[in-house]
Amino acid sequence: MVSQSLKQAFATVVGSDNIMDAEADKHSYSYDAAVLDPVLPSLVVRPTTMEAMGKVVKLCNDNGLPITVRGAGSNLSGGTIPSKGGVVLLTNALDKIIEINEEDMYAVVQTGAITAKFANAVAAKGLFYPPDPGSQAVSTLGGNVAENAGGLRGLKYGVTKDYVMGVNFFDVDGNWCKSGSKTVKCVTGLNIPQLMVGSEGTLAVMSEFILKLVPPPQTSKAMMAIFPDIMTASRTVSAIIAAKVVPCTLEFMDNFTIGAVEGYAKVGLPLDAGSLLLIEVDGHPGQVADDAEKVEKICKDNGCIRIQVAKDAVERNKVWEARRAALSSLARLRPTTVLEDATVPRSKIPAMMEALDKIAKDYKLTIGTFGHAGDGNLHPTILCDRRDKEEFHRVEQGVDAIFAAALALDGTLSGEHGIGLAKSRYMELETNKASVMYSKRIKAAVDPKNILNPGKILGE
Amino acid sequence: MADLNQMLKMLGELDDQLVNCMRCGMCQSVCPVFAETGREADVARGKIALLEFLGHEMISDTKGVKDRLDKCLLCGSCAAACPSGVKAVDIFLKARAIVTAFIGLSPVKKAIFRGMLSKPKLFNNLLAIGTKFQGLFTSPVNDIIGSSCSKLLSPVLGDRHLLSLADKPLRSAGNLNTAPGKSGLKVAFFYGCVVDKMFTTVGEAMLKVFKHHGVGVYMPIDQVCCGVPSLASGDMKSFEDLVRMNLKLFGKGDFDYIITPCGTCTSAFHHVWPLMCSDFSQEERAQIEMLASKAMDINAFIADKLGVSVVESAVGAKKVTIHDPCHLKKSLGVSGQVRTVLKANPNLDVVEMSGSDVCCGCGGSFNLQHYSVSTKIGKKKRDSIAATGADIVAAGCPACMMQIADMMSQAGDRIAVKHPVELYAQTLG
Repeated sequence: MVSQSLKQAFATVVGSDNIMDAEADKHSYSYDAAVLDPVLPSLVVRPTTMEAMGKVVKLCNDNGLPITVRGAGSNLSGGTIPSKGGVVLLTNALDKIIEINEEDMYAVVQTGAITAKFANAVAAKGLFYPPDPGSQAVSTLGGNVAENAGGLRGLKYGVTKDYVMGVNFFDVDGNWCKSGSKTVKCVTGLNIPQLMVGSEGTLAVMSEFILKLVPPPQTSKAMMAIFPDIMTASRTVSAIIAAKVVPCTLEFMDNFTIGAVEGYAKVGLPLDAGSLLLIEVDGHPGQVADDAEKVEKICKDNGCIRIQVAKDAVERNKVWEARRAALSSLARLRPTTVLEDATVPRSKIPAMMEALDKIAKDYKLTIGTFGHAGDGNLHPTILCDRRDKEEFHRVEQGVDAIFAAALALDGTLSGEHGIGLAKSRYMELETNKASVMYSKRIKAAVDPKNILNPGKILGE
Repeated sequence: MADLNQMLKMLGELDDQLVNCMRCGMCQSVCPVFAETGREADVARGKIALLEFLGHEMISDTKGVKDRLDKCLLCGSCAAACPSGVKAVDIFLKARAIVTAFIGLSPVKKAIFRGMLSKPKLFNNLLAIGTKFQGLFTSPVNDIIGSSCSKLLSPVLGDRHLLSLADKPLRSAGNLNTAPGKSGLKVAFFYGCVVDKMFTTVGEAMLKVFKHHGVGVYMPIDQVCCGVPSLASGDMKSFEDLVRMNLKLFGKGDFDYIITPCGTCTSAFHHVWPLMCSDFSQEERAQIEMLASKAMDINAFIADKLGVSVVESAVGAKKVTIHDPCHLKKSLGVSGQVRTVLKANPNLDVVEMSGSDVCCGCGGSFNLQHYSVSTKIGKKKRDSIAATGADIVAAGCPACMMQIADMMSQAGDRIAVKHPVELYAQTLG
């Protein structure tokens, strides 16, 4: 509970229109896109200035109120569920693109800026911001940095961390801290910007970023390779990388997902395909032609039934329309969609696919798998009805088994969705006890009252 | 609908639909209200979360739920963009009915929906009186748009720029029931409240089109509101009364199509009546299904059934831009036909605005309850229209026409607001 006087103090800082404590409002900030139980905050606060943001953080710390920073609430691991109550701090009023510097190729943006709007603004200046999470139409850059979001272009261009040059933030006492630089090279002190990336709001309240921009690729070529089964497609992924070709995108879709996409979106996918690889190479025209030829040959050498190379933008769009429709097509089959994020080294994709098949059988689960095969970042998607307790219990067991399988294959718990609440209990399995303790010491040092998104990543 | 069993049944139906929401938040990217307020309760995902809670235990703050449910344009942008196919508008219509049944209809809405809309004679008489005296209370402000503003300080009208009620309603032409001509088609003409009382020129243009193409017309003047305004306020009783009054007139179905000039009315026949009248008798349900299959927007009828041709623009053609009303495009999928209809007029040159299918912010009673937000959304639409340099903006929905007229008039624009059928009818001599 927040006392009336404290509520008044928040109102003085942000204006009474920017605080919400009605039950009906609090319910709307009790969840994010993870399939987890909702938790109500005590208060929702929406600062409209950076100064107010700092004061809100200080008020929370002074009064021992947990803070959950929320951009769009689109994350998939429970990072924005206010699991200990307290204050939900909304960042969506702080959404300015402060600077796009074409000469030095960087941008300065506020934490609440929408990813796609930012990327479009950058593109309008002839530059390129590559991270493209599936939620980019709504997700905020603050959320992207906090969760270290990925996307389809990760294979060649990396993920959010590869573009963060600087982070300005408020420490738990409300002090404004500046880290990083607008220079390409900067080795001053501890690498605080990278400490902030993926910290999921547990170490500070981030306010602004300096982001690296790159020149856009001159041209690109997309293709769809059709395989008789999962194993041939999986082996082809490794073969492409081993041949020193790095596509910008190398996506995978299993037979179940192909059927779901064709059933709903009807984009002309081959229903006889055991699996698909959707591949795009980009760069200098000569390089693109060369890479595309190599990729075609590798696909054929590895058992590809046929390959469709997009002749123009319309055909290229068809390839990506199929990929974009994967999740929505699966989501329409059952009421609840549990989208997981297990990631393995690329050479282990065949083994991971075998493990997923076994898990589906063992726990009687419907699993469709698609994802960023080039990164080894798979999205096994379990379709179920969360109202069916028996079924959902099997889902939870299946999720445990998926992460166990990924870790057994030298994989990771999360390729791009973060840890949040959903995966904190597995942390010691991937790292080790001493490593988790080290992280906890860092957290305790910068947040002695444990008010910054408590319970996330590191558990209790 | 006050019946508790019926309410519980609807709650159960809602639960099955709510559970499909993945909470991905993609609705945020298209919701015009959220774009202005940034509040999660104003977007579909937030409302669905509230309703899910309501479905499991009667929330202590039911009025709070109702207030947040009401803050929605029912434009359907969220449903159109939802990855998992959540039918948000269907959910919200049912939810408003449930919540209103639980906490009751406000006295003002009771007076409007049950005292006026459901009593067409009284409604028509009151508006006839309003027509006579409107000049005393308003001053003209924009001759191109035909708008006026209130001379008196009025909390209801505020600083709105209004369009006048027509001197004579469309119904004053009397009942029509003519045989098919050269087209071999006969249509029922459902003109809707606003065209009957304000945009009579739209109705006259439609009659001209039907006559020109040899289409027989059945136009009973006892027809009443399609019921969507009542339903949007959760008033199932007056909605059901209005549906039944219309069924008496149109239920025989001795026509090929039932045509309306309003995306919302067409959507009512096509989608809302079948959705919300599950408790009607078998005979009534059959009539509703029949009307759903025959309902068609006037633009779609002209383009798809009468088969007009696109022609080259003449020298000196006026620039026209198109607003795609939400119910017309997102609910009925009618947008290409509007362009065909306009391009059949050689004196027009179609120029597209950016975001032609972005909601104008009217949303029926939303405009009355949340005028400030409605205006913010409407001003963006006005800016998109003005940026085209068009002489005319065409919109196939009378409610959108009123909202756009208000926004353009307040901005001092000299851009006419027309229904596409009016512009098509100009070509018919």
